[in-house]
Amino acid sequence: MRAFEYTSPTTRDQAIGLLAPAWGQAEVLAGGTDLLALMKDDVVQPKRLVNIKEISDLHGIAVNAQGLRIGALTTLGDLADNVNVVKNYPALAEAVNEAASPQIRNMATLGGNLCQRPRCWYFRNGFGLLPKNESGKDLVAEGDNRYHAILGNDGPAKFISPSTIVPALIAYGATIRLVGPNGRRELPLEKFFVDPRTENDREHDLRSNEIVTDVVIPHAGTLKAAHYEIRQKEAFDWPLAVAAVGLKMNGSAVQSARVILGSVAPIPWRSPEAEQVLAGKTVSEAVAKSAADAALQNAKPLSHNAYKVQLARVAVRRAILKAAGGSA
Amino acid sequence: MPDYSWPPPENRNLIGKRISRVDSPVKVSGRAKYTYDYNPSGMLYGKILRSPHAKAKIVTIDTSSAEKMPGVKAVQIAQKVGSTVQWAGDEVVGVAAVDEVTAEDAIRAIKVTYQPLPHLVSDAEPPAGAAETPGPLSVDDLEDMLDNQVRPREMAEQIQQYGITFKADDKTLEGLKSDGATDDVLAALRTAPVHENAESKPKSNYSKAAAQTQGEPDKAFSDAEIISEGIYGAPVITHCCLESHGATPEWTDDDHLMVHISTQNVSGIAGQMADPIGIPAANIRVHQDHIGGGFGSKFGPDRWTIVAAQLSKKAGGKPVRVMLERNSELEVAGCRPSAYARVKVAAKKDGTITGWQSQSWGTGGPGGGGMPPIPYVFNIPNQRKEHTAIHNNIGPARAWRAPNHPQAAVITMGALEDTAAKLNMDPVDFFLKNIELTTKDRQNVYREELAIASDLMDWKNKWKPRGQNISGHIARGLGLSVHTWGGRGHASDCDLTLHPDGSVDIKMGTQDIGTGTRTTILIVAADTLGIPMDAINLFIGDTLYPPSGGSGGSTTPGGVSSSTRRAAVDARDALFEKVAPALNAQPADLESVNGTVRVKSDHSRSLSWKQACTKLGAMPLTVRGKNPDKSKPPDLTNSGVGGVGMAEVEVDTETGVVKVKKMVAVQDCGLIIDLKMAESSCYGAMVMGISYALFEEKVMDQTTGRMLNPNMEFYRLAGLNDIPDLVVHMMTGKGYDERGVIGLGEPPVISPGAAISNAVANATGVRVPFLPLTPDRVLAALGQKAGA
Repeated sequence: MRAFEYTSPTTRDQAIGLLAPAWGQAEVLAGGTDLLALMKDDVVQPKRLVNIKEISDLHGIAVNAQGLRIGALTTLGDLADNVNVVKNYPALAEAVNEAASPQIRNMATLGGNLCQRPRCWYFRNGFGLLPKNESGKDLVAEGDNRYHAILGNDGPAKFISPSTIVPALIAYGATIRLVGPNGRRELPLEKFFVDPRTENDREHDLRSNEIVTDVVIPHAGTLKAAHYEIRQKEAFDWPLAVAAVGLKMNGSAVQSARVILGSVAPIPWRSPEAEQVLAGKTVSEAVAKSAADAALQNAKPLSHNAYKVQLARVAVRRAILKAAGGSA
Repeated sequence: MPDYSWPPPENRNLIGKRISRVDSPVKVSGRAKYTYDYNPSGMLYGKILRSPHAKAKIVTIDTSSAEKMPGVKAVQIAQKVGSTVQWAGDEVVGVAAVDEVTAEDAIRAIKVTYQPLPHLVSDAEPPAGAAETPGPLSVDDLEDMLDNQVRPREMAEQIQQYGITFKADDKTLEGLKSDGATDDVLAALRTAPVHENAESKPKSNYSKAAAQTQGEPDKAFSDAEIISEGIYGAPVITHCCLESHGATPEWTDDDHLMVHISTQNVSGIAGQMADPIGIPAANIRVHQDHIGGGFGSKFGPDRWTIVAAQLSKKAGGKPVRVMLERNSELEVAGCRPSAYARVKVAAKKDGTITGWQSQSWGTGGPGGGGMPPIPYVFNIPNQRKEHTAIHNNIGPARAWRAPNHPQAAVITMGALEDTAAKLNMDPVDFFLKNIELTTKDRQNVYREELAIASDLMDWKNKWKPRGQNISGHIARGLGLSVHTWGGRGHASDCDLTLHPDGSVDIKMGTQDIGTGTRTTILIVAADTLGIPMDAINLFIGDTLYPPSGGSGGSTTPGGVSSSTRRAAVDARDALFEKVAPALNAQPADLESVNGTVRVKSDHSRSLSWKQACTKLGAMPLTVRGKNPDKSKPPDLTNSGVGGVGMAEVEVDTETGVVKVKKMVAVQDCGLIIDLKMAESSCYGAMVMGISYALFEEKVMDQTTGRMLNPNMEFYRLAGLNDIPDLVVHMMTGKGYDERGVIGLGEPPVISPGAAISNAVANATGVRVPFLPLTPDRVLAALGQKAGA
């Protein structure tokens, strides 16, 4: 790891002041479970780390008028154990419990989970976010892309968005709050993720001198939600496909639905096609299957990942059935 | 003549019992010291600049900026300008500095220009007819082979088979010796056919490594009542030692080197370092207390240890630690050869196997590698086999637990289980039907083991014909494999000292690679001397102690138990000589039991162990036990074991995800020293088996020639939740114990991959050809079945 300057501000303003107006200078340090590995592997080389763990108002989980406000520094472990989350947002609790390992969940923060960098093995081996070789050859498209995107991969980015809990958060309608030199911003969580077009872009709508402060999840009410992931290992593994579903019910029929796929595209992939199929229908095996087919109808697998289309389809179908079968 | 034989069952107080390993408390409490924990004051941190190219010529090296950096104490070029690097991650320059950050900065400050050369990192099936027979070998060819760490035995075979293009005079041989040629290689060169005028032809990536025929394969296939065809294989995997490779050498004076090293071969390291370092082996001391995994990959010092010793010399003798980073550990320090095969099996309708035909291929890195022992276990009468070795740039092959046997099992047991399925036979019945094709000595072992394994798996109730146990999207199935291994004890010297105060110590230059060697030695010594294990002080892991073989090939238990037994019998009998007069008896009338030396026929005439030892006089008594030792019969070790592995799986037919639900291992290993440790060996092997069956694969990028998963998130190993119910049964008693001690490290790891692969075939009704059995491969196989 290269030498760096370590700073530890105690207020949001101090933190923002220590961050830099362009990427590459400074990085925010929270749990460090991703950042330190990136630095050890020389994938990122910040000159300064801004530890935000001493900023007290970034911690904590509280119920307010809007819903559940979760401080960005809440660890995944605390999130999964929170009584309110377990009771009212079971799909989120399940997603968080399946993430990483107990040791990592005890260190990793919610904010860090949202801002973690892609696990693309070309990126992690130092070939860049949009990996190319000297002659301009797209290393992912022409290389081993078994774990890469099957949707939204028309642009230069072919990695997959890594968070396994974001689909569940979006299913519950979460918003994210940021603060920077120009004050606060709040946006729907799904808008926080962007598809980078150049090597200098990031995969989030986070500016280099902003920090994530909280995530707010609206009251779940009678929303039926579910999270389903398909992975090889039971223990500590990155999924091959994730689906989260939120169903707003009108009697026995679905009034409106949110269907979000994870691990399939450079961004968390919301599927209006699947949501349309579900709207107004009573969920059955056949309805779930047509929604799943609709979600993947535009999939364009790369040379080595056609199998992921099948996995994603199964994940969506099983998530829909799980949500519909779950108690209100 | 003293009686060295293993005691009969009624006289075994410790041998064969369930005893916890003696090093568990220090390991679980974190007090055990590993090579990584050696951290003397003044130690320098060594880092290695590694090639980013899979194949490239080194054009220039400029280390001047690095040398000028404050804190940098030494720079050492590992491969000079003009050398050709043969795999990504190969060592080019080493640096020693006062801390890790400085060492890494210095590495980045070194400028190396490369001329990249075309590389091959694939081990896909070679194009038909691609395999070439290499011509006679030139000095350059041999130097390449040495650079590429081709194994001596393989080199010797090729030299003998293809001859050489030069006269093997003393000068040439001396030159090759200084480049690292072993005595075996030099001996092969001396007797190799010489073709002085042969043209040196350009080397292909593909060589014909084997072409063998036995019996009448053509007739067997034309007479066959059924023929089963299939394709099977296992990829290159890496050893992924949790404690990475590395060492901390230091010069204790101008001519003496002390090396703390993570190794399976304490007594064998000095001899391998002497030539490259340029001092006698006797001036090199090697030490290791505990090791965090080797699996066959830690027998040599490796180039990084040589570089570290050279850096230490340049830095005034200070200790220089070079331990590999995780990515290097996976890229360059472990590579189990791959093996794949197209197989045809001929059989009669009654299940009798009559013929085998295979075209196999695989890679062991630049050296190519050889054919695994196929068909495995079953010596099918009529065979035709061809093997193509792929010489590529993935890194040098290293022995991996039971070298070549797991691959042979996957290929053979897969082909046989497919044949059984084609015959609509239960594979247990099919294996039993053909059991006479196995070595005569082992047929009964397999019969007994198959019966026990079937009971433990509840095979008869659970087994269904292929694809007939599917409910919804879950397919269930059972699979089976059998295996064999040698496991004779290696050469071992043991010094055992009795002190006049009754204390006892044992010194042996062996190592405990996690297999329980300490415990084995103490059980044998304590059982023989009739004293508790904790009354013996055991010193191992240092070249100050008598040499004992490297821990590979399951040779350690037989070696150390034999030398310890002979030493303990001689020491005990020497003590009886001194004690007999005091008890008014003959030495032969005495026995030592439970800390008491007594007259066998009259237990009231006795001395405590401590009192007895006072009869030694003022000086301690040291005896040396050896293995082998023809002058002290009988042979206490043996070779050749049989084992059975069974697996039960569930396959999600919609996602291709495989879950192992239960595994059974039934294993013979002669006389068992510690039943609990023997069972542990089998449990560990099954866990490792699940990992290589379902998860492990060294993924290479064809464009860049780099390994894509040199980390522990995409180089997957089974976690706790991936481990199912594991059942072990060790064969003991008559027919087993009297054979003597046989090693157990390799055998139980051989069958799990084949058994799991067969269970998946039984569950889904379709063969997934290659390990690991990942969702994409399972779905592809299911898709082919659906499309057919």
